[in-house]
Amino acid sequence: MSQFWRRHRHWLAPTLFILPGALLFGIVIILASVQTIWVSFFDWDGVGPMQWVGLANYEQLAADPQFYTSLKNNVIWLVMFMLAPPLGLALALLLNQAIAGMKFLKSLFFVPLVLASVTVGVVFTWVYDPTFGLLSLIYGWFGATAPALLSDEHLVSFAVVIAALWPQIAFCLVLFLAGLNNLNEDLIGAGRVDGARGFAMLLHVVLPQLREVSFIALAVTVIGALRSFDMVAVMTSGGPFGSSTVLAYQMYEQSIFSYRFGYGAAIATVLFAIMAVFIAWYLRTLLRPEQETA
Amino acid sequence: MYPRPIPETARSARAAYIALVVAVLILWLLPLVTVMLTSLRSFEEVMAGNYWGWPKSFNFVENYTAVFKQTALARYFVNSLIITLPSVVGVLVLSTLTGYVLSRHRFPGNRLVFALFVGGNFLPAQIMMIPVRDLMVGVGLYDTYFALIIFHTAFQTGFATLFMRNFIAALPDELFQAARAEGASPWQTLWHVVVPLIRPALAALAILTFTFVWNDYFWAIVLTQSDAVKPVTAGLNNLRGEWTSAWNLVAAATIMVAIPPVAMFFMMQRHFIAGLTMGAVKG
Repeated sequence: MSQFWRRHRHWLAPTLFILPGALLFGIVIILASVQTIWVSFFDWDGVGPMQWVGLANYEQLAADPQFYTSLKNNVIWLVMFMLAPPLGLALALLLNQAIAGMKFLKSLFFVPLVLASVTVGVVFTWVYDPTFGLLSLIYGWFGATAPALLSDEHLVSFAVVIAALWPQIAFCLVLFLAGLNNLNEDLIGAGRVDGARGFAMLLHVVLPQLREVSFIALAVTVIGALRSFDMVAVMTSGGPFGSSTVLAYQMYEQSIFSYRFGYGAAIATVLFAIMAVFIAWYLRTLLRPEQETA
Repeated sequence: MYPRPIPETARSARAAYIALVVAVLILWLLPLVTVMLTSLRSFEEVMAGNYWGWPKSFNFVENYTAVFKQTALARYFVNSLIITLPSVVGVLVLSTLTGYVLSRHRFPGNRLVFALFVGGNFLPAQIMMIPVRDLMVGVGLYDTYFALIIFHTAFQTGFATLFMRNFIAALPDELFQAARAEGASPWQTLWHVVVPLIRPALAALAILTFTFVWNDYFWAIVLTQSDAVKPVTAGLNNLRGEWTSAWNLVAAATIMVAIPPVAMFFMMQRHFIAGLTMGAVKG
């Protein structure tokens, strides 16, 4: 036995090492995700027997106005979230000075990033409160009445996204500050000698060096926008009248509250298909440089 | 450096700059600061509608003891710790193993396994919700700590594997060649060569995983039901529904939920930033 082990440990040991993590991740994450696609072809209340219905869930989805509301809101999230990288970069440019005390001030700017989305949701629900909220206070100074953002079906999604942008901008800020710290001093110096300054310097010398960081910021922001669930659940529960649902929330609602697990699985599959495009794009870029060196 | 550093001699420019940064910071954190202030207000003040002004009286002790005595927050808090700490340990152990194998051992399918770990980490939670919930119900773990511990350990292992693999791959090759020349077994190499060198990575992963798991809301509401196991994020949302008019108490609870990750962040800021940017940038 011990001889067998000695002879084979060069591959047996690594196999044993990787097995617990790979099995756990494979079953709980990967297999479960594949299983959802399978469930989407059934009619299922979550407890009773599953009834094969083929593509019926998807056909229903295609005719469901709520689905298009969710889809539209996902697009609003995606488009508005694109503000996070440039705003994060702007903040990073403001804060990138080595002056006593800046380290501490910078870390205070990072705080929204580590807050739970529930916390952010609760905080912004108060900001938006039409009678006591900060917003109504500000409107009051100008003698105006603040709109009830979270109960206005045309404005609600924008209000939720703005709240969600807060930690997302902080995330991009962290990334860009790290990027600015890794700039090539020689190139900056050469740029200065050539008379580049201000915006021209940013555009032609700095930004090209921030390409990698910008890509990460963009990818993380896109995926974050499509994954949005917590803020919708906490701030509006998809309301008023389902006007602020996103695919992730609609899926949850249909499965947990309406016991339509097959239908929920179909929504999840659509969301997954949309995200898979971005994940594939991200993975390809992430893994490519190594393939060249390997 | 870009933008051009403000020279040390330009005292007034430096002072003006700091003043500008502080002003932006106040605006940036305004929502949070006002919640902090509200957590100190008296109940009468809240009823009178003073939510955003300077508090008339400071009721730090009253409000924060009230929140622990009159609500289930203390329970939720303990639950969150019971869920988060084992998950962090589990993730560190599993990802050290997977990261080591994926970075230092060539085998067919290595890239595919790695891609699955990384890709799975970006999946939306909803795509695995139904089977995971079903699985936990099936094995009798639904609405227990274990359901959340197992799920978080599994899910965070994806990101942690990406992180560990890249960190271990960047260690000098000579160390591993020397270990091989000495006839060290894979286990000895892992224990005597890898583990001592990855302490900074472990620290970074610990703080990141802690924050991710502590802040989770979705799985908290999908996999738990009773107050006895519910973590703080789900608990806070319940409190908000039950205590609608006691803004000062809900504010105090909100601050309490935020304190552990924020405190961890300030204690281990360097590791946190390094982890976040390396996990993201060094890919």
